[in-house]
Amino acid sequence: MEFEIFDLGLVDFKKSWNLQKEIFLKVKNGFLKSGLILCQHYPVITLGRSSNKKNILFPEEELKTRGIQIYEIERGGDVTYHGPGQMIAYPIFNLNFFKKDIHFFLRYLEEIVIDLLGDFGINAQRRIGLTGVWVEQKKIASIGIAIRNWITFHGLSINIKKEDLANFRFIRPCGMDIEMTSLETVLERDIEIADIKQNIRDTLSSNRGTLLQPKQRVSLLT
Amino acid sequence: MTKVILPELGEGITKATVSYWYFKEGEKVNEKEDLVELTTDKATFNLPSPASGILSEILFHEGDSVNVGEVLGMINEG
Repeated sequence: MEFEIFDLGLVDFKKSWNLQKEIFLKVKNGFLKSGLILCQHYPVITLGRSSNKKNILFPEEELKTRGIQIYEIERGGDVTYHGPGQMIAYPIFNLNFFKKDIHFFLRYLEEIVIDLLGDFGINAQRRIGLTGVWVEQKKIASIGIAIRNWITFHGLSINIKKEDLANFRFIRPCGMDIEMTSLETVLERDIEIADIKQNIRDTLSSNRGTLLQPKQRVSLLT
Repeated sequence: MTKVILPELGEGITKATVSYWYFKEGEKVNEKEDLVELTTDKATFNLPSPASGILSEILFHEGDSVNVGEVLGMINEG
Protein backbone atom coordinates (compact mmCIF):
# COMPACT_ATOMS: atom_id res chain seq x y z
CA MET A 1 0.00 0.00 0.00
CA GLU A 2 1.19 3.50 -0.74
CA PHE A 3 1.08 5.98 2.08
CA GLU A 4 2.86 9.23 2.76
CA ILE A 5 4.68 9.47 6.10
CA PHE A 6 4.39 12.62 8.20
CA ASP A 7 7.11 12.59 10.86
CA LEU A 8 6.22 15.32 13.35
CA GLY A 9 8.67 14.62 16.19
CA LEU A 10 7.55 15.82 19.63
CA VAL A 11 4.32 17.82 19.24
CA ASP A 12 1.25 19.02 21.08
CA PHE A 13 -1.62 16.57 20.74
CA LYS A 14 -3.76 19.31 19.16
CA LYS A 15 -1.30 19.84 16.32
CA SER A 16 -1.32 16.17 15.35
CA TRP A 17 -5.11 16.05 15.76
CA ASN A 18 -5.51 18.94 13.30
CA LEU A 19 -3.10 17.33 10.86
CA GLN A 20 -5.05 14.07 11.04
CA LYS A 21 -8.19 15.93 9.98
CA GLU A 22 -6.30 17.63 7.12
CA ILE A 23 -4.89 14.34 5.84
CA PHE A 24 -8.29 12.68 6.28
CA LEU A 25 -9.88 15.25 3.95
CA LYS A 26 -7.10 14.76 1.38
CA VAL A 27 -7.67 11.00 1.45
CA LYS A 28 -11.46 11.41 1.32
CA ASN A 29 -11.22 13.75 -1.64
CA GLY A 30 -8.77 11.52 -3.49
CA PHE A 31 -5.72 13.81 -3.28
CA LEU A 32 -3.78 11.27 -1.21
CA LYS A 33 -4.11 7.48 -1.10
CA SER A 34 -3.29 7.10 2.59
CA GLY A 35 -1.16 8.77 5.24
CA LEU A 36 0.76 7.81 8.35
CA ILE A 37 1.64 10.27 11.12
CA LEU A 38 4.51 9.33 13.43
CA CYS A 39 5.07 11.49 16.51
CA GLN A 40 5.50 11.79 20.25
CA HIS A 41 3.27 13.92 22.45
CA TYR A 42 3.84 16.34 25.28
CA PRO A 43 1.94 14.94 28.31
CA VAL A 44 -1.74 14.64 27.48
CA ILE A 45 -4.77 12.68 28.64
CA THR A 46 -7.36 11.88 25.99
CA LEU A 47 -10.88 10.62 26.54
CA GLY A 48 -12.40 8.40 23.85
CA ARG A 49 -16.13 8.07 23.19
CA SER A 50 -16.60 5.30 25.77
CA SER A 51 -14.90 7.30 28.52
CA ASN A 52 -16.00 7.64 32.08
CA LYS A 53 -14.50 10.78 33.62
CA LYS A 54 -14.17 8.90 36.91
CA ASN A 55 -11.24 7.12 35.27
CA ILE A 56 -9.23 10.34 35.57
CA LEU A 57 -8.07 9.95 39.16
CA PHE A 58 -6.72 13.46 39.82
CA PRO A 59 -8.49 16.84 39.70
CA GLU A 60 -8.28 18.50 36.29
CA GLU A 61 -6.70 21.63 37.79
CA GLU A 62 -3.88 19.63 39.35
CA LEU A 63 -3.17 17.86 36.06
CA LYS A 64 -3.05 21.20 34.25
CA THR A 65 -0.64 22.54 36.88
CA ARG A 66 1.57 19.56 36.11
CA GLY A 67 1.45 20.49 32.41
CA ILE A 68 -0.86 17.66 31.37
CA GLN A 69 -3.49 18.67 28.83
CA ILE A 70 -6.89 16.96 28.56
CA TYR A 71 -8.92 16.41 25.38
CA GLU A 72 -12.21 14.69 24.64
CA ILE A 73 -11.84 13.13 21.20
CA GLU A 74 -13.76 11.04 18.68
CA ARG A 75 -11.79 7.78 18.86
CA GLY A 76 -13.16 4.59 20.40
CA GLY A 77 -12.20 3.47 23.88
CA ASP A 78 -11.87 5.02 27.33
CA VAL A 79 -9.21 7.26 28.87
CA THR A 80 -5.49 7.07 28.05
CA TYR A 81 -2.29 8.98 28.66
CA HIS A 82 0.39 9.96 26.15
CA GLY A 83 3.86 11.34 26.89
CA PRO A 84 7.22 11.98 25.23
CA GLY A 85 8.43 8.42 25.87
CA GLN A 86 5.80 6.81 23.65
CA MET A 87 5.89 6.19 19.92
CA ILE A 88 2.59 7.25 18.39
CA ALA A 89 1.35 6.16 14.97
CA TYR A 90 -1.81 7.53 13.38
CA PRO A 91 -2.66 5.62 10.20
CA ILE A 92 -5.07 7.50 7.95
CA PHE A 93 -5.82 4.53 5.75
CA ASN A 94 -8.57 4.25 3.17
CA LEU A 95 -10.18 0.86 3.90
CA ASN A 96 -12.45 1.23 0.88
CA PHE A 97 -9.48 -0.04 -1.14
CA PHE A 98 -8.76 -2.96 1.20
CA LYS A 99 -11.12 -4.69 3.56
CA LYS A 100 -14.07 -2.94 5.14
CA ASP A 101 -13.78 -4.75 8.45
CA ILE A 102 -13.30 -2.86 11.72
CA HIS A 103 -12.00 -5.77 13.78
CA PHE A 104 -9.67 -6.85 11.00
CA PHE A 105 -8.06 -3.41 11.04
CA LEU A 106 -7.71 -3.41 14.85
CA ARG A 107 -6.07 -6.87 14.71
CA TYR A 108 -3.82 -5.61 11.88
CA LEU A 109 -2.58 -2.72 14.06
CA GLU A 110 -1.92 -5.14 16.91
CA GLU A 111 0.05 -7.33 14.56
CA ILE A 112 2.22 -4.39 13.48
CA VAL A 113 3.16 -3.82 17.13
CA ILE A 114 3.71 -7.53 17.82
CA ASP A 115 6.02 -7.73 14.76
CA LEU A 116 7.92 -4.67 15.89
CA LEU A 117 8.42 -5.94 19.44
CA GLY A 118 9.41 -9.33 18.04
CA ASP A 119 12.39 -7.62 16.38
CA PHE A 120 13.57 -6.81 19.91
CA GLY A 121 13.16 -10.41 21.01
CA ILE A 122 9.95 -9.71 22.92
CA ASN A 123 7.10 -12.19 22.77
CA ALA A 124 4.17 -9.75 22.84
CA GLN A 125 0.60 -10.98 22.58
CA ARG A 126 -3.04 -10.11 22.16
CA ARG A 127 -5.55 -10.77 24.91
CA ILE A 128 -8.90 -12.04 23.75
CA GLY A 129 -11.58 -9.40 24.05
CA LEU A 130 -9.11 -6.66 24.98
CA THR A 131 -7.76 -4.56 22.13
CA GLY A 132 -4.09 -3.69 22.59
CA VAL A 133 -0.77 -5.50 22.93
CA TRP A 134 0.51 -7.13 26.09
CA VAL A 135 3.75 -8.55 27.46
CA GLU A 136 2.76 -11.21 29.94
CA GLN A 137 0.08 -9.51 32.08
CA LYS A 138 1.15 -5.92 31.37
CA LYS A 139 0.02 -3.65 28.58
CA ILE A 140 2.69 -2.19 26.30
CA ALA A 141 0.60 -0.71 23.47
CA SER A 142 -2.83 0.89 23.31
CA ILE A 143 -5.12 1.24 20.31
CA GLY A 144 -8.12 3.47 19.69
CA ILE A 145 -9.39 4.49 16.28
CA ALA A 146 -12.09 6.40 14.48
CA ILE A 147 -13.46 5.46 11.06
CA ARG A 148 -15.42 7.84 8.84
CA ASN A 149 -16.56 6.69 5.41
CA TRP A 150 -14.19 3.73 5.90
CA ILE A 151 -11.17 6.01 6.26
CA THR A 152 -9.33 5.52 9.57
CA PHE A 153 -7.72 8.01 11.92
CA HIS A 154 -6.33 8.09 15.47
CA GLY A 155 -4.34 4.89 16.05
CA LEU A 156 -1.80 3.36 18.39
CA SER A 157 0.74 4.23 21.04
CA ILE A 158 3.63 2.06 22.19
CA ASN A 159 5.30 2.65 25.55
CA ILE A 160 9.03 2.90 24.89
CA LYS A 161 10.78 4.91 27.62
CA LYS A 162 10.25 3.81 31.20
CA GLU A 163 10.04 7.40 32.58
CA ASP A 164 6.56 7.96 31.18
CA LEU A 165 4.98 5.00 32.96
CA ALA A 166 4.67 6.89 36.26
CA ASN A 167 2.13 9.26 34.70
CA PHE A 168 -0.35 6.43 34.13
CA ARG A 169 -1.08 6.71 37.86
CA PHE A 170 -3.25 9.75 37.05
CA ILE A 171 -5.79 7.55 35.25
CA ARG A 172 -7.34 4.10 35.11
CA PRO A 173 -6.07 3.23 31.60
CA CYS A 174 -8.93 2.10 29.36
CA GLY A 175 -11.14 2.17 32.45
CA MET A 176 -9.46 -0.95 33.81
CA ASP A 177 -7.10 -1.76 36.66
CA ILE A 178 -4.23 -2.74 34.43
CA GLU A 179 -0.51 -2.33 34.80
CA MET A 180 1.44 -0.74 31.97
CA THR A 181 4.95 -1.64 30.91
CA SER A 182 7.43 -0.25 28.40
CA LEU A 183 10.00 -1.55 25.97
CA GLU A 184 12.82 -0.24 28.18
CA THR A 185 11.32 -1.90 31.26
CA VAL A 186 11.05 -5.27 29.53
CA LEU A 187 14.52 -5.11 27.96
CA GLU A 188 16.20 -3.47 30.98
CA ARG A 189 18.17 -1.12 28.76
CA ASP A 190 17.84 2.29 27.10
CA ILE A 191 16.03 2.50 23.78
CA GLU A 192 16.03 5.52 21.48
CA ILE A 193 12.71 6.63 20.00
CA ALA A 194 14.52 7.28 16.70
CA ASP A 195 15.34 3.57 16.43
CA ILE A 196 11.72 2.64 16.98
CA LYS A 197 10.62 5.14 14.39
CA GLN A 198 12.83 3.53 11.77
CA ASN A 199 11.64 0.12 12.86
CA ILE A 200 7.95 1.02 12.59
CA ARG A 201 8.55 2.47 9.11
CA ASP A 202 10.22 -0.78 8.08
CA THR A 203 7.51 -2.94 9.69
CA LEU A 204 4.72 -1.02 7.99
CA SER A 205 6.59 -1.02 4.69
CA SER A 206 6.99 -4.78 4.79
CA ASN A 207 3.26 -5.06 5.54
CA ARG A 208 2.20 -2.88 2.64
CA GLY A 209 1.70 -5.87 0.40
CA THR A 210 -0.06 -8.02 2.94
CA LEU A 211 -2.71 -5.42 3.67
CA LEU A 212 -3.62 -5.79 0.02
CA GLN A 213 -4.31 -9.48 0.61
CA PRO A 214 -6.65 -9.40 3.58
CA LYS A 215 -7.94 -12.95 3.29
CA GLN A 216 -4.45 -14.38 3.67
CA ARG A 217 -3.84 -11.94 6.49
CA VAL A 218 -6.87 -13.18 8.42
CA SER A 219 -5.53 -16.72 8.37
CA LEU A 220 -2.35 -15.48 10.02
CA LEU A 221 -4.36 -13.99 12.84
CA THR A 222 -6.24 -17.12 13.87
CA MET B 1 -39.51 6.19 3.66
CA THR B 2 -35.92 4.95 3.70
CA LYS B 3 -34.64 2.79 6.53
CA VAL B 4 -31.31 3.57 8.20
CA ILE B 5 -29.84 0.10 8.68
CA LEU B 6 -26.72 -0.93 10.60
CA PRO B 7 -24.59 -2.55 7.86
CA GLU B 8 -22.04 -5.34 8.06
CA LEU B 9 -18.98 -4.04 9.94
CA GLY B 10 -16.69 -7.02 9.62
CA GLU B 11 -16.28 -10.64 10.62
CA GLY B 12 -17.51 -11.43 14.10
CA ILE B 13 -19.11 -8.02 14.68
CA THR B 14 -22.78 -8.51 15.50
CA LYS B 15 -23.64 -5.25 17.20
CA ALA B 16 -22.56 -1.68 17.92
CA THR B 17 -23.54 1.05 20.37
CA VAL B 18 -25.05 4.37 19.29
CA SER B 19 -22.77 7.16 20.50
CA TYR B 20 -24.10 10.27 18.76
CA TRP B 21 -26.89 11.39 16.43
CA TYR B 22 -25.80 14.37 14.34
CA PHE B 23 -29.47 15.32 13.82
CA LYS B 24 -32.65 15.39 15.88
CA GLU B 25 -36.00 13.91 14.86
CA GLY B 26 -37.75 16.27 12.45
CA GLU B 27 -34.55 17.79 11.05
CA LYS B 28 -33.63 17.79 7.38
CA VAL B 29 -30.68 15.65 6.29
CA ASN B 30 -28.88 15.29 3.00
CA GLU B 31 -27.82 12.00 1.41
CA LYS B 32 -24.24 10.98 2.34
CA GLU B 33 -24.11 13.49 5.21
CA ASP B 34 -22.95 12.06 8.57
CA LEU B 35 -26.11 10.91 10.33
CA VAL B 36 -25.11 8.85 13.35
CA GLU B 37 -21.89 7.78 15.09
CA LEU B 38 -21.54 4.32 16.64
CA THR B 39 -18.83 2.47 18.56
CA THR B 40 -17.63 -1.12 18.57
CA ASP B 41 -14.63 -2.40 20.46
CA LYS B 42 -12.01 0.40 20.35
CA ALA B 43 -13.38 2.02 17.21
CA THR B 44 -15.95 4.67 16.43
CA PHE B 45 -17.50 4.89 12.99
CA ASN B 46 -20.13 6.90 11.16
CA LEU B 47 -23.18 6.04 9.14
CA PRO B 48 -23.93 8.46 6.33
CA SER B 49 -27.57 9.21 5.58
CA PRO B 50 -28.89 6.81 2.91
CA ALA B 51 -31.24 9.48 1.49
CA SER B 52 -32.15 13.17 1.56
CA GLY B 53 -35.25 14.07 3.55
CA ILE B 54 -36.52 14.47 7.11
CA LEU B 55 -35.17 12.28 9.90
CA SER B 56 -38.66 11.25 10.91
CA GLU B 57 -37.87 8.66 13.56
CA ILE B 58 -34.94 7.62 15.75
CA LEU B 59 -35.42 4.02 16.96
CA PHE B 60 -32.15 3.58 18.86
CA HIS B 61 -30.82 6.40 21.03
CA GLU B 62 -27.38 7.28 22.38
CA GLY B 63 -26.14 4.43 24.56
CA ASP B 64 -28.42 1.82 22.95
CA SER B 65 -26.99 -1.39 21.52
CA VAL B 66 -27.99 -2.19 17.91
CA ASN B 67 -27.62 -5.48 16.03
CA VAL B 68 -26.23 -5.59 12.49
CA GLY B 69 -29.18 -5.44 10.08
CA GLU B 70 -31.49 -3.62 12.51
CA VAL B 71 -33.18 -0.33 11.62
CA LEU B 72 -31.77 2.65 13.51
CA GLY B 73 -34.08 5.29 12.12
CA MET B 74 -36.27 6.39 9.24
CA ILE B 75 -35.78 9.09 6.59
CA ASN B 76 -38.95 10.52 5.06
CA GLU B 77 -38.11 11.69 1.56
CA GLY B 78 -41.59 13.28 1.34
